[in-house]
Amino acid sequence: MSISRRHMLLLLPTAAVAWKHVLAGTPESAPNYTMSQHWWGMLIDVTKCIGCGNCVRGCQAENDVPDGYFRTWVERYQVTDFDIENPHVDSPDGGIKGFPPVKEEGGKNFFVPKLCNECADSPCTQVCPVGATFISPDGVVLIDKKYCLGCRYCVQACPYGCRFINPASNTAEKCTLCYHRITKGLTTACCESCPTGARQLADLKNPNDPIHEFLKTHSVQVLKPYMATHAKVFYNGLDGSVR
Amino acid sequence: MNAFKDSEHLLRLAAVFVVGILVFLVIRGFLVPKSFGEYGHYRGDAISDIAARPVNFAGHETCEGCHSDVLDKKKDGKHAHVNCEACHGAQAKHADDPATIQPPKLDTAVLCVKCHEANAAKPKSFPQVASADHSSGLACNTCHQPHSPAISGEKK
Repeated sequence: MSISRRHMLLLLPTAAVAWKHVLAGTPESAPNYTMSQHWWGMLIDVTKCIGCGNCVRGCQAENDVPDGYFRTWVERYQVTDFDIENPHVDSPDGGIKGFPPVKEEGGKNFFVPKLCNECADSPCTQVCPVGATFISPDGVVLIDKKYCLGCRYCVQACPYGCRFINPASNTAEKCTLCYHRITKGLTTACCESCPTGARQLADLKNPNDPIHEFLKTHSVQVLKPYMATHAKVFYNGLDGSVR
Repeated sequence: MNAFKDSEHLLRLAAVFVVGILVFLVIRGFLVPKSFGEYGHYRGDAISDIAARPVNFAGHETCEGCHSDVLDKKKDGKHAHVNCEACHGAQAKHADDPATIQPPKLDTAVLCVKCHEANAAKPKSFPQVASADHSSGLACNTCHQPHSPAISGEKK
């Protein structure tokens, strides 16, 4: 059988497409964990936070966060009676060593733990030019270290200041919501080390998770709701002065 | 077939294009990781890479598996809901090899004040002391047992 040149030309693209499918292979599945059955978030009860810095130390111990950088940190707010629009905020070393006594007495004082807000509509993943950061099917914003160029677009895009460039690898880094732990059935390092239960990991797709009852019975807020990021880190008892 | 009389040069050009596209597809097939696009515009295997990281905090369920005596001590006290590793630190290595890797002994004079030193920003209901006045430098466990800190006879 002979194939004319015209027929050959018609066959080639078809063969190429077919071969690409062969190359694509089959996806691997993780045992005992189905991504489609989870949608992760976190609940932070500001009224329970004592500013001990355990979460910051725990995160550093779990994730080898370089010194001077933070995947989670604690801020202390002091809101004076006369100037509620301009609270005094400090976070010495991210609160890793706790907080010194309040300098001036009076006003409203409280701690606010912060971390990646695991936005469902995340500005940081939208700006990545190479597909190195993404929202996983279970709702966690992750970074592919092998793909990250270190271009810093995502660092600028995050409205919450949750990302940084790791000085050793020159790639973007952020809270992974302890993805290596939650996929093994453990809670995050910060939740594990929080002594007061101010932080609770929440699986929004699990109907038995206490988060659902909490959200029904409490007035819960997210940070910067006007950014429409659909953050999944919920704050209970959040003061209006918190940015 | 008059319309296609002078079409041979066009076919040659088309062949060059097809070969070019084919070469592009082949090179792309080799360079783009197999898992790219599995879930979206990213490398699907990155998820399992991140999930493969070893854990450092064993989790309180792991601790309680062996240290049920401590769990009994804790359960009626104020520290009932404080996880083991909140004070003892990340102990996954100890959990993997309890015989050789021992958690360090804790100094209550340093440890307890991390939470209980008085600070105006702490919730008012949280027990706080000015450590210098409260114990005049004595270690906390002189009077309090850390796993159930209320002094006997005192209201828990």
